[in-house]
Amino acid sequence: MTEFLQQLINGLALGSILALIALGYTMVYGILRFINFAHGDIFMLGAFAGYYVAPKVAALVPLPSVGGALAVFALVMLICAVLGMLIERLAYRPLRKRPKLTVLITAIGVSLFLEYTGQFVFGAAPKKFPDLLPVYKLPSLGGLSLNSNQIIVLAVTLLLLLALRFIVMKTRMGRAMRAVSYNPEAAALMGVNTDVVISFTFGLGSALAAAAGLLYAITYPSIDPLMGIFPGLKAFVAAVLGGIGNLPGAALGGVIIGVTETLVSGYISSTYRDAIAFAVLILILLVKPSGLLGKKEVEKV
Amino acid sequence: MELNNMMMQRTQFLAAIALVTAGGLLTGCNQSPDKAGGSAASDVIKVGEYGSLTGTEATFGQSTHKGIQMALDEINAAGGVLGKKLELHTEDDQSQAGQASTVVHKLISSDGVVAILGEVASSRSLEAAPICQQNGVPMISPSSTNPKVTEVGDYIFRVCFIDPFQGTVMANFVRDSLKLDTAAVLIDTKSDYSVGLAKFFKERFVAAGGKIVAEEKYSGGDKDFNAQLTAIKAANPAAVFVPGYYTEAGLIAMQARQLGLTVPLLGGDGWESDTLIPVGGAALEGDSFSTHFSSDDTAPVAQTFIQSFRKKFNETPDGMAALGYDSAMILADAIKRAGGTDGAKVRDAIAATKDFKGVTGSITIDAARNASKPAVILTIKDGKFKYLQTVAP
Repeated sequence: MTEFLQQLINGLALGSILALIALGYTMVYGILRFINFAHGDIFMLGAFAGYYVAPKVAALVPLPSVGGALAVFALVMLICAVLGMLIERLAYRPLRKRPKLTVLITAIGVSLFLEYTGQFVFGAAPKKFPDLLPVYKLPSLGGLSLNSNQIIVLAVTLLLLLALRFIVMKTRMGRAMRAVSYNPEAAALMGVNTDVVISFTFGLGSALAAAAGLLYAITYPSIDPLMGIFPGLKAFVAAVLGGIGNLPGAALGGVIIGVTETLVSGYISSTYRDAIAFAVLILILLVKPSGLLGKKEVEKV
Repeated sequence: MELNNMMMQRTQFLAAIALVTAGGLLTGCNQSPDKAGGSAASDVIKVGEYGSLTGTEATFGQSTHKGIQMALDEINAAGGVLGKKLELHTEDDQSQAGQASTVVHKLISSDGVVAILGEVASSRSLEAAPICQQNGVPMISPSSTNPKVTEVGDYIFRVCFIDPFQGTVMANFVRDSLKLDTAAVLIDTKSDYSVGLAKFFKERFVAAGGKIVAEEKYSGGDKDFNAQLTAIKAANPAAVFVPGYYTEAGLIAMQARQLGLTVPLLGGDGWESDTLIPVGGAALEGDSFSTHFSSDDTAPVAQTFIQSFRKKFNETPDGMAALGYDSAMILADAIKRAGGTDGAKVRDAIAATKDFKGVTGSITIDAARNASKPAVILTIKDGKFKYLQTVAP
């Protein structure tokens, strides 16, 4: 029983990181109906930005510390938001009136560009990510072990989920985002500056990816330029599983994938881990094609 | 009818083009051995090297490359081999499956090298070995320990011990030195090295009266090992054998300690890298692994090597660097004894290597084209590798 509970905790910890990446995926999709395949690579850039920013911050605020970590998070999220907007401006905006497929292929191109430029600039060898936060071992309850990092990841994921919902539902910008999502032409006619809204959406999504990248690097402190590929893919699966475009759905999907993978690795064999996770996806999509919390799309003819 | 005629003409025309092209290709193929012979007549001897200069096992490739480079520099400074300088052609396989065969093809067909040195990781050596064998180009792996590598054919050699020996050394170490009777293994299923070494460890450990209480698997490149480690912890072993590479070993150690799994972790030569400790940190204290070479070795040939390596690269050489150096020295020695660069003659000369004084010990190539050599066990103390013991074969 202890082992099972421990596996659940492990799965939840892994799942909450996937959930955090999935949030960014699903938000960009929800507003723009566009799967940003470079999301996993912004996640990687977030980790590397943290790697280079941390020593600069440490010169002012000693690391590991909560204050220093907050400063690194704020700076890195800002850097990646600007980067995300830049990518949108240079790679996606010129193609906005083109077929969806063109933009999708471009996104894959951007993803490869970031990965291999990353190998060139940062070097392909894995790097040790600096310690940003002090790690505390929590008092164990009946042989269960839990550390402060796992709690922080879970808390940050929940916090960002709520913050996103607030931004999308309660702010002026959020209303504009929803309007653009509903009908970009009509929104433009009503005086919404769609360029600004889309830019903002990318910035926000990239900041989320950056936060996820930092949390991932804190939990698994070995980073390399190709580190975003697998978590990115899994988070995409999580977003689809939960119903792409739906924020709580992405979080739920992330947790389901994380827990499934951990239980399969722990009780069956890690060899079948990905196969079973994808089988779960297929099963859910068979029963509910729009994902767990997704709404049915009505195709207008 | 006319249309038919035109079609005929067209088909004939295409067939003619195909014939000419194929002929060109064929003569191209026929020419390449001549070309290799032509380069032998020039004033350099081309030696190929492929390795993981970047990617997850980058430190292996980098260290090996430095060792090989230093050997060639020393040989060339002393006048080269048979009056010719050795010229190194290095290719990076990025630690990726599929890349090794591509770059080795290039080394053989377009660079025209006479022999090839590489790889460290057994999976990638196994990928390139059949190509070297087919082309009759001798290949010496500095440090691939999986037995299957040299079984590929009679042109494939290595200058290190093999995993049946390494697995036995570590199993005996756990049973006799640490005096523990249960162990778990955590295997990288993507790596031939890891799977093989785990198998030999288990066989010896069980034969020596120990018990394997858990066997878990991961795939190279994974970052989360909590699920497997939780299952291992539940089986309550006295030690965990992790025959993987350093990138994962550091993360495994860290996560094991976080889960409260405090028993010693043990590994093989895949652990030896200066990036093991930064990732694993304090979690690795007291853990041990087997490898080929210790910089605490007091043999004069080893000390000379260590001194000049430090002078040249401003760092202490590890086992991979030492084996890279030895592999290049053995190749140069064989070319000298063969009196030329003909593939078959060099092959025979490498096979006849006997009591060669390498920096990793005395090297004799046996009938299975392996080198039978002692292993050293290193332990991690205060964030440094410390020499523990030498085990003779």
